[in-house]
Amino acid sequence: MSEPKKNPDEPNQQLLSEEYKKRQRRRSIAIALGLVTLVIIFYALTIVKMGPDLFSRVL
Amino acid sequence: MDSSTGIQQADLGADVSDYFALLKPRVMSLVVFTALVGMLLAPNSLHPFVGVLAILTIAIGGGAAGALNMYFDADIDAIMSRTKNRPIPAGRMKKNQALGFGLFLAGFSVSLLGLATNLLAAGILALTIFYYVVIYTIWLKRITPQNIVIGGAAGAFPVVIGWVAVTGSISVESLVLFSIVFLWTPPHFWALALYKKGDYEAAQIPMLPNVAGERATIVQIIIYSALLAIAGLLPVAFGFAGYIYGGVAAVLGIAMLTLSVRLVGGDAKQMRQRARKLFTFSLSYLFVIFLVLLLETLFFRMSGVS
Repeated sequence: MSEPKKNPDEPNQQLLSEEYKKRQRRRSIAIALGLVTLVIIFYALTIVKMGPDLFSRVL
Repeated sequence: MDSSTGIQQADLGADVSDYFALLKPRVMSLVVFTALVGMLLAPNSLHPFVGVLAILTIAIGGGAAGALNMYFDADIDAIMSRTKNRPIPAGRMKKNQALGFGLFLAGFSVSLLGLATNLLAAGILALTIFYYVVIYTIWLKRITPQNIVIGGAAGAFPVVIGWVAVTGSISVESLVLFSIVFLWTPPHFWALALYKKGDYEAAQIPMLPNVAGERATIVQIIIYSALLAIAGLLPVAFGFAGYIYGGVAAVLGIAMLTLSVRLVGGDAKQMRQRARKLFTFSLSYLFVIFLVLLLETLFFRMSGVS
């Protein structure tokens, strides 16, 4: 049985995965930061919008 | 395709910086600036946090329009020297990624602006994105040399959104500010089109210099610069700006008109140099008159004179 012929167009797997992982990691960090920012925004916006009414409700 | 490693750029996935580039950061800075001016000139005021959030959402909305524009314009962006290094034509990102990103940000920014301020402001932001992507990019850009005039409205909306975010209604003042940005757009982009004529020709976009010729374009630039110089004085006429602003607007309006008139005469090379100068000056023009209007208003407001 002969070895399958190497396709010259085939990406170099090792290089691909290193750079791919790097970029994937940077994207993940960006998404995480975006989500944390959203949590802060929605929390702060809720407090600002409700304002003093937050404390004048019937308990 | 990188021949030495055989790696296709898109196979690596786009980098964070590519997503940022989709938002057209330079256009975004103009959007942020004009929206901020509209917001600060408005007679009422917002809670500072809501104000910052409103500016952020308007900026993201503008960025979403930029990303969707790059999705639909990928074919012509690949041809023009000015745009061929954008993430999609450069092969760093797949078209659908830009589409998804743009649609998500558009929906997100409009909803958040509505939650933070009011529905009218959110509605105008949605209209702006629709106008820029559908009316300008998809429809008019490739079929009429007046594309820039009609598309210019998209760039003029943010100042109105800023105003409406604070006041909740569209008033004469916001329309005056709209008219200034609207009339500023044609001479600004036609000056660019004059010295980048070859680019637009290659991409088969019917910019005015390619369709009607350089002379007709210069005439139109002069007409719009004259209208702009007049519109620049409207804030004084409508009583929401003082004489300091009036003086600055008059001087800069005349300078803009002079630079436009100077496009006439001279050889082709000189004309291109002067067009480039006009393009650069027009950027300073908008920045300075809005800044002076803003500073003057804030000064009078703080010193208690209205």
